[in-house]
Amino acid sequence: MAAAAPRTIALVVQRDLARAITAIENGYASASAAGDTLPPRRESAPAYVVGVTGPPGAGKSTLVDRLIESFRSNGDSVAVIAVDPSSPFTHGAVLGDRVRMQRHSGDHGVFIRSMASRESGGGIAPTTHHAIALASRAGFDVVIVETVGVGQVELEVVGVADVVIVVTVPALGDSVQTIKAGLTEIADLFVVNMADRPGANKTSVDLKHMVRESGKSIPVLQTIARDGTGVGEVMAALTESRGHHHTNAARSVRFDVVREVRDRAVRRALDVLDGSRGRSILERLANREMTRAVAREELLDLALEEVIHAD
Amino acid sequence: MPIKVLVAKPGLDGHDRGAKIVARALRDAGMEVVYTGLHQTPEMIVTAAVQEDVDVIGISILSGAHMTVFPKVLKLLGERGVDDIVVIGGGVIQEADGPKLKALGVRELFDSDATTQDLIDGIERVVAEFGRAQKRTDAARSTA
Repeated sequence: MAAAAPRTIALVVQRDLARAITAIENGYASASAAGDTLPPRRESAPAYVVGVTGPPGAGKSTLVDRLIESFRSNGDSVAVIAVDPSSPFTHGAVLGDRVRMQRHSGDHGVFIRSMASRESGGGIAPTTHHAIALASRAGFDVVIVETVGVGQVELEVVGVADVVIVVTVPALGDSVQTIKAGLTEIADLFVVNMADRPGANKTSVDLKHMVRESGKSIPVLQTIARDGTGVGEVMAALTESRGHHHTNAARSVRFDVVREVRDRAVRRALDVLDGSRGRSILERLANREMTRAVAREELLDLALEEVIHAD
Repeated sequence: MPIKVLVAKPGLDGHDRGAKIVARALRDAGMEVVYTGLHQTPEMIVTAAVQEDVDVIGISILSGAHMTVFPKVLKLLGERGVDDIVVIGGGVIQEADGPKLKALGVRELFDSDATTQDLIDGIERVVAEFGRAQKRTDAARSTA
């Protein structure tokens, strides 16, 4: 069967998508209004969303570069949302994931956008889910979300992706320990990258044991993303899961709702703490007019009242 | 909101230590810095700038090709319908070329004597003066 001509997305649509993501990211526009400049998309065929996560330096960007290549050869248009960490101190960020995806620059079927994680500690940015929805609306067939380098607790990608790839590398010392607790609960596919390094087979075997103990059937694959070895098997697993990715929707939506509830609650609580009533309590504490414990109780009451009785 | 800057290294010039120092300094000043690596063509620079929707493109150029690269970048931005990304430059740029580049629309040039603090101040100034953040915020409010 001859491959279909790879689909592209008009450059003007790509520009408008980029601007819509900025509007959401910076709060210039509401989630519903940001996409108004984009052409409507059939609701029945949203983009297939692939999450790629794992510890720093595991080769996530290089693997994403290979996945772009493979999806393109199948004809799919691909948007990538690559998240890098913001400094908690200065709020600045260096966004460098594109460096490994340069060769797709001239391809009008590939859109790559970096996002700083901003105040989020969950491995993706607070507005990444909106950016995915916008990329889907702009007509991209596949959206790949690359998280910041994660440890055990930055799991929010599960709330936005149809399938989650957890990438690790051999001989990260206790790499399996690192990814054990949280990440194994969200993986649909494990990839042991840099499989030409010593210890790859042991890492794979350890992962397979862990998967078996958890009672799941999660594939454990090996790749050398740098030269493309093993990427075909990863694509085969993704294609297989794409056919029934709605089965992941329940897990994804549940997680996403929990995150949204928490985010909104935190925002409301912060509004109260930074408002006049909160500030006056903090001032009294600073002036030693009340104890720390009393200040804590009063602030907590204030914040919880706001969170619980919000519209 | 953080200023978002693309730090670009065009052409054959293989020296990016300076660009990396700049990227770090801008990050430490609270900016979001997209770094794209070496050997960028004007097309690659503009594609990255449009997709990333940066406020500023900062082109670091030591090779002497500035009179080719800057006009090409500005022309491509125009062709992509982008008129609100500020273009600035730094590196080795002959004094006589400065006014020519500014006439083309390059908003600021930094020579090799510029400190990272000069860069930070300069970027904040050109964004305040020529940047689009305010324009877009106002546009969003007026349609809201």
